[in-house]
Amino acid sequence: MPDAQQSTLDLMLNMGPQHPATHGVFRMELAIDGERIVDVIPHIGYLHRGSEKLCEHEIYSQIITLFDRLDYVANFNNELGLVLAVEKLMGIEVPERASWIRMVLCELNRIASHLLFAGTFGLDAGAITPSLYTFRDREKIQAIFEATSGARMMHNYFRVGGIKEDVAEDFGPRVEKLLGELERGIDEVDRVLSFGDVFLARTKGVGVISGPDAVDWGLSGPALRASNVPYDVRVYEPYCLYDRIEFGVPVGSQGDTWDRYYTRILEMRESVGIVRKCLAAMEPGPIMAQLRRIARPPRGEVYAHAENPRGDFGVYIVSDGGEKPYRLKVRPPSYCNLMALRDLVVGQYVADAVVILGSLDIVLGEVDR
Amino acid sequence: MTFTVADAARTALALVGLFLGLMVVVLFLTWMERKLLARIQQRAGPSLVGPNGLLQPLADAVKLLTKEDLRPAEANRFIFWFAPIAVVLPSFLLWTTIPFAGGLAVRAMELGLIYLIGLSVLEVVGLLLAGWGSASKYSMLGGFRAAAQLVSYEIPIIVVIIAVAVLVQSVDLRHIVAGHTTTIAGRTIAFAGQGGVPLALIMPLGLAIFFIAGLAELGRTPFDIHHAESEVVGGPFVEYSGAHWAAFYLSEYMNTFFISTLAVLLFFGGWSWPSFETLLGATPVWIINALGVAWFLAKVLVVASVIFWFRGTYPRLRIDQLMAFGWQVLVPLSFANLILVAAVVYYGWPIWTLTLISIPVLVGVAWLASRRRADPGKVTTVRMYRRTRRADGEPVLVPNGTPGFANPDEPSTAPSAAPASESAR
Repeated sequence: MPDAQQSTLDLMLNMGPQHPATHGVFRMELAIDGERIVDVIPHIGYLHRGSEKLCEHEIYSQIITLFDRLDYVANFNNELGLVLAVEKLMGIEVPERASWIRMVLCELNRIASHLLFAGTFGLDAGAITPSLYTFRDREKIQAIFEATSGARMMHNYFRVGGIKEDVAEDFGPRVEKLLGELERGIDEVDRVLSFGDVFLARTKGVGVISGPDAVDWGLSGPALRASNVPYDVRVYEPYCLYDRIEFGVPVGSQGDTWDRYYTRILEMRESVGIVRKCLAAMEPGPIMAQLRRIARPPRGEVYAHAENPRGDFGVYIVSDGGEKPYRLKVRPPSYCNLMALRDLVVGQYVADAVVILGSLDIVLGEVDR
Repeated sequence: MTFTVADAARTALALVGLFLGLMVVVLFLTWMERKLLARIQQRAGPSLVGPNGLLQPLADAVKLLTKEDLRPAEANRFIFWFAPIAVVLPSFLLWTTIPFAGGLAVRAMELGLIYLIGLSVLEVVGLLLAGWGSASKYSMLGGFRAAAQLVSYEIPIIVVIIAVAVLVQSVDLRHIVAGHTTTIAGRTIAFAGQGGVPLALIMPLGLAIFFIAGLAELGRTPFDIHHAESEVVGGPFVEYSGAHWAAFYLSEYMNTFFISTLAVLLFFGGWSWPSFETLLGATPVWIINALGVAWFLAKVLVVASVIFWFRGTYPRLRIDQLMAFGWQVLVPLSFANLILVAAVVYYGWPIWTLTLISIPVLVGVAWLASRRRADPGKVTTVRMYRRTRRADGEPVLVPNGTPGFANPDEPSTAPSAAPASESAR
């Protein structure tokens, strides 16, 4: 070596955008020293479709279809965020039945999303079996969605002022049956994954973020609650009819990956309870408010947010009084949660980076928009 | 010893037969693993090609062999093409000395165990070559992981094998299975063989170490860090395709089969437990041998399916945890086992004292290892909160005193700061 002073260089490891652990087209540029991560540069934008700009050229009922494509594993929740914002701006009173149905579908979607998370998180940690259990159960939820909205993912079912059409007659019994199966399925995942020695060794104490730090980074949803910050939009700023029913909110105390994982597992159980209560409270009635065919909100601006599976999903709309928004901005929870990645990952092992990224549960459709 | 043309022809024929036999076994093993995993995961598994998908591995093999062989532009040509051979060759040569029944081996060696130890260490060279020669960072990381892992877990395996050899006073696999009598320093030592009592009952500690270290040696779950899909994608094999990738795959399954075979030979009595000679009395040798081979293979498949079962159950350890487990638990344990066996042999204690001592040791270690485990009530740090209303009517979340897992004994941890509040509707 010509250079008298020898030194070692960090290895630049390019993880993604085509990598099984990045859950989509996310790219991490890792600088590693052996197996230790020295630095990480996240790259996003591979899935950027300009959704927010596109929204300025669509009327509100068309925007709903664009929102389906943001967080593509929690489509109903996205739709809800949008219609809540528009309804708030227009001051619309949504019929109760529509609200109950929305809550049922959103909570089912939360379960579906968390199931997907639990399965892929197991894959990240190297366990292949839980993913198949969770996909099996998620499929049953998708079947209900398909029967309700006609689509498995891109539902386009919620409307400003209500929902597209009433649910089928057998909706209640079918969901009721599904809930029992889901409870068993969640227990199964819990038994096969949550308390295994190897799994605990991989996730306990890994990727710890303290409560104040989590708040500072703008984390939300399960990732925030795992750090012992009891905040849930459904409780603090109730929308739909969440203030009418009783439900628990799981809150972690360590802020590590295991807490982020288990918070979601417990949340699924709570969601099952919420769906039960919604079904019990549901009564026949109108499903749409009396409105003009094309929603035309008044001049002004509005911010509404809802608790998505991934966190606090906010929609900010500026209206010039026309039938299309003048400006629309989304606060995507995945994007904000992703911001904490560098803090969590630096100093950990490469294998931990995978688990930590998995525990943040990002969906790139929402990060890149 | 003269070596005639007839000898050479016989050996060549035996090698070809062995290779074809191994191919069939490997194809069957891949099918079995997929079916077993499918069972565990509530899927059907391969089901279309042949009865119950039995021919699926054959179809896969045809596909792999007809695929294009790609080499990354930056890769070193010689190393890249040589690595699969360096991996496959040792894992095939291992088999030449494995006796399948009484006298059935391509070349039964008196120093068989030493030959096996020497060859099985070679595989890491191939993996390292593949990792380095692929000019891919994932490959390199995987290659280095493989080197670190395989070298560390060789030690407990070898020490356990030495312990068996010490107990049996022979490194000949036939002696280990069928017993022998030897004279050392004027003392005659007779090892009855495993026809009556398999070594698993005499040396359960050794078996446990051998099996766990064997899993690591194979790079199978939970020790599959060197080709961890979610981390280094495919490890050393990530850049390979077609026939060369198939070679790695082949060697992997041959090794899985090999470790299972060795476990059966060393600990489960190989072909001679239960002993067909004593069961059937006077029978032609070929019948005894055929039964022995069938029985032997059945046992090997059971061990292999335990390995596959692990794959369906466990997540993957991290590299530091894996190394710590190897060096801090398995290596000391294996040496303790060796010392124990040596003491028993040296002082001429009855052989069952080994069982008496090693079962408590095994149980103690298992207890120590599991002490911090899986009591959900203790482990969980996630608590349920519930909604109440503050005095001014604003909703607020407070802990409801029950932890996430149903455990009604837990005292309420509601902070006193939370104002006296009526619960929400």
